[in-house]
Amino acid sequence: MKAVKIIAIVLLVAFVVIQFIPVDRNQSDSVPKTDFMLVNDVPSDIKDKLRVSCYDCHSNNTQYPWYNKVQPVAWFLEGHIKEGKSELNFNEWDALSNRRKASKLRSIIKQIESGEMPLASYTLIHKDAIFSEEETKQVVKYMENLKDSL
Amino acid sequence: MSKLKLVLGIVTIAFVTLTVVSCKDAKTDKNNSTEHHSEMNADGDHSKMNHDNSDGHHDGEKKEMAMSGDGNPQAVLNDYFNLKDALVADDNAKAKELGAILATSLGKLDISKYTGAQKSDLKDIVEDAVEHAEHISESDIAHQREHFKILSKDMTDMVAITGTKNTLYQQFCPMYDGGSAWLSMSEDIKNPYYGSKMLTCGKVQKEIN
Repeated sequence: MKAVKIIAIVLLVAFVVIQFIPVDRNQSDSVPKTDFMLVNDVPSDIKDKLRVSCYDCHSNNTQYPWYNKVQPVAWFLEGHIKEGKSELNFNEWDALSNRRKASKLRSIIKQIESGEMPLASYTLIHKDAIFSEEETKQVVKYMENLKDSL
Repeated sequence: MSKLKLVLGIVTIAFVTLTVVSCKDAKTDKNNSTEHHSEMNADGDHSKMNHDNSDGHHDGEKKEMAMSGDGNPQAVLNDYFNLKDALVADDNAKAKELGAILATSLGKLDISKYTGAQKSDLKDIVEDAVEHAEHISESDIAHQREHFKILSKDMTDMVAITGTKNTLYQQFCPMYDGGSAWLSMSEDIKNPYYGSKMLTCGKVQKEIN
């Protein structure tokens, strides 16, 4: 029992210590001029949906709930955000050429339709990020139109 | 006592998660550095290289590139056709390898001899195509085919600028994703979107000289 206690204390100390390792948080006060919402005329309900469901990982500004500031959860999350932003960053939308916008829109449509995005590990906690059938239809239609207008 | 157990349980879970996460990161880093290493050494010292699969593979690619000429659109097309053949053969693993090779040869495409507008178009095409080729290098076959569709469009647009020394055939399958085209060196239809399931579905849409 003594050994168990010692291990518990060691782990506890490790857990506390890792909280002090600094992390670069994905947070920014300003929205660049190239943002998807600024360059496109997005209806407000679609705007809200994209903000809630996509922008945490696909923009320069994540809304962090408290538990995402606790290590090692924060590290896990940081990896996801980095990957998400490298695939698609809505803040930098207008920096893309039309060809690449069309490619991105195709992927957005496919992944929302197939339910690949938002990730299941994300919607597990963010229930409001889930796309209802109606929302899927709405957003997909908007993205299709945008793609055709390029 | 049960309180201690609870605390112990939580801490253990946290620790295991931490370990898993940090291992994953370390692994990624290692992969990256290995790749980097092999590229750095491409023209020089091969003896120090780690001879695992991916490295051996890079070696082959280097030889191929050297033969077909670095930065040449023909080299890009050859890699595209190899990738297409892997999809025709329903070979997911091979298509992954060839997707990575294509991404590399696209990155090396030399656009310096083209005019201003052509340059910017080509740069744009290459950027887009590299992304699709990279996705192909890490996806299942259904996704590979989705990306291959757009990649084929990019290749067609590239050829429209660079031209081709061989006659190419633009072929078209009306069934896949509302109709999808691809390029081939041969007039015979071998469908990369369906493979063995519908090998000969499609027709020649255009001859490109």
